[in-house]
Amino acid sequence: MEPLLRIRGLKKRYGAHTALDGIDLDIPRAEVFGLLGPNGAGKTSLIRIINRIVEADEGQVLFLGKPIGPEDVQRIGYMPEERGLYQKMEVGEQAVYFARLKGMTEAAAKTALKEWFERFSIESWWKKKVEELSKGMAQKVQFITTVVHRPELIILDEPFSGFDPVNADLVKDEILRLSREGATVLFSTHRMESVESLCSRIALIDRSKLVLQGPVGEVRKRYREQLYRLEWSAAPGSSEPLWPTGVEILERSEVEPGHHRARLRLPTGLSNADVLRPILEVGEPLFFEEVLPSIHEIFVRTVAGQTQPL
Amino acid sequence: MSHIGSIVGREYATRVRKRSFLILTIVGPILMAAVGILPIYLASLPEPARQVVVLDKPGLLKGQRGNADVELRYLGPPEKFELEEAKKLFLQTEEYALLYIPTGSDSDPDFIAQRVQIYGREDVSLNVKSYLEAQIREAIESEKLRAQGVDPALIAQTKTQVTIHSFNLAEDGKEEQSSVELKMAVSFLSAVLMYIFIFLFGAQVMTGVLEEKGSRVVEVLISSVRPFELMMGKILGIGAVGLTQFAIWIVLTAVLYTGFTTLFLGDRLEALRTAQEAGQVLESGGMQNLVGMVESLNFPLLLGGFVFFFLAGYLLYSALFAAVGSAVDNPGDTQQFMMPITIPIIAAFAVSTQVIEHPDGALAFWFSMIPLTSPIVMMTRLVFGVPAWELILSMVLLILGFLGTTWIAGKIYRSGILMYGKKASWADLWKWIRN
Repeated sequence: MEPLLRIRGLKKRYGAHTALDGIDLDIPRAEVFGLLGPNGAGKTSLIRIINRIVEADEGQVLFLGKPIGPEDVQRIGYMPEERGLYQKMEVGEQAVYFARLKGMTEAAAKTALKEWFERFSIESWWKKKVEELSKGMAQKVQFITTVVHRPELIILDEPFSGFDPVNADLVKDEILRLSREGATVLFSTHRMESVESLCSRIALIDRSKLVLQGPVGEVRKRYREQLYRLEWSAAPGSSEPLWPTGVEILERSEVEPGHHRARLRLPTGLSNADVLRPILEVGEPLFFEEVLPSIHEIFVRTVAGQTQPL
Repeated sequence: MSHIGSIVGREYATRVRKRSFLILTIVGPILMAAVGILPIYLASLPEPARQVVVLDKPGLLKGQRGNADVELRYLGPPEKFELEEAKKLFLQTEEYALLYIPTGSDSDPDFIAQRVQIYGREDVSLNVKSYLEAQIREAIESEKLRAQGVDPALIAQTKTQVTIHSFNLAEDGKEEQSSVELKMAVSFLSAVLMYIFIFLFGAQVMTGVLEEKGSRVVEVLISSVRPFELMMGKILGIGAVGLTQFAIWIVLTAVLYTGFTTLFLGDRLEALRTAQEAGQVLESGGMQNLVGMVESLNFPLLLGGFVFFFLAGYLLYSALFAAVGSAVDNPGDTQQFMMPITIPIIAAFAVSTQVIEHPDGALAFWFSMIPLTSPIVMMTRLVFGVPAWELILSMVLLILGFLGTTWIAGKIYRSGILMYGKKASWADLWKWIRN
């Protein structure tokens, strides 16, 4: 199936600074796509180009197979990192205004907004001025204005920065719900906490280049280090299992009498059975799992420059 | 371009609904009228006359009592008082000043004229002084005439007041009573209004851009609309607010004027109109004359001119104001870029005070052609009559001017609004324009 966004050879320079250096990226439909990278890596530049806020110097962005055009802007909902609302304007009127700029009629905007306000239980804010709202309240309104026109592509630049934890969770739930309903969500972040629970795919940009991309599980496997966690029970006083040659024991403990735990690095070519066999000789395996690196670890490792082959 | 309508609507609605707009719209004309009328009113208020003690040795003033402002009281009989004594007496009283007219050795009036003295606790006001000077001069002149054997009453009879009625004679022989004084007043008012309007609404555009940039709304907006649409929407919306305000002011003024003239002049106004149609000169009635002259002004031209030059001048300047707003992060940083914008406006206003005196001069001509100054200077000239070709040329140049500034401003704006946390330099602006 044609991805929602296909980005090819994207380059952008600002004077002497290269913001994006030949980015190729596919963003499939109905996925939650995490765009990761340290501050200043080029995420915001890429997002601004997709939103047609700035033009790329080279390369193209295809929206459902066609070069993205002015009319596609209405099919995108964008919440920039630098977000804001008109302080002196009433919440409802302002939300209707933003929806109209996204091509909705006034009546449709009002109906849709009322639904959202009900969902967030904030109907009573409609007539309030934004300056009367707390920061957290304004963030909710901001999120609603981003998604009210049912965009096919929702782009959130650093959506969790500045959100308080309660609102961050609310937004997280809404992102997942919208994605289930068929919207594609692209969000950028330099904080990894939320990535694994939210994203099905990620791309990592570092120093204006794309460093890696792929489904989350696949990326983590790609960075596997043959690390395993093993727990077993054995009769008190029984001997240490006879580990096969090459097994590196990183951690070893007896949690309580007869309950053992170990963290191992296995040499390549060793099967799971080869590891479990010596356990069976001294006791009973309780738990055996490969420990994949977290996205955070991959991020830190990659950005620190210890890039492994993709 | 479909969004421009929504943007204009928001800019217009949020401003027109503000209480400050309502207040300014209603209070504005009243305030302006007050500024014009209040000093005249205050001046006309009866003030207690200032009492001047006079030691009139030669009996020159013949016991005159003064006028409404200055009351004269004489120390007498004059031969019994000396100046030193009079000074002491004066200091014991509450009187305003002490006037001392000495006697000459041979009663030579010119000798007296040079030696009159006035004493006051503070500086004696110019009004009082010049009144007294006039009285003494008249008295001395009468004395001299009498000495020559001329009856001063005869001289008084021969005094004549001359008033020249001026008319504008058109090619077709039509005559119109005109008043340079009135035209100068209207001309000055036009310049002031234009100056205020361009500054007031231009600055609002800048504040609006700064607000959008400062509150970070701008990035959300330009993900939906093009920066140029956003800028033009704001400019047009605020321009519409300006026109609305102007229209309300004109209607209010017209109502006030009609109300005032019918209330106070009533029937005489009818007679005046009939007389004017018959081409007669009205001999008397200053107020009626004024009304006649006001009605002889070419209001459609003046109003049309104002609307055009306001709109075009506003478009020209507000685009520049928008560019400045986009290039900085907070209002305090605008100074550096404001200078080149405010200088031509202020220069135009300064020039227009000269243009009022010489509406057909070279200065007037050139400054009413240059797009940066023409809105104010041409408005100053318009009431005096401007050749059609000059007017049209000025309008065309102004339109080209605002297309130019809008184009430049659009380029600055497009890059400027996305720059946060950094103050742009002139070099940055130049780079954005060339991009």
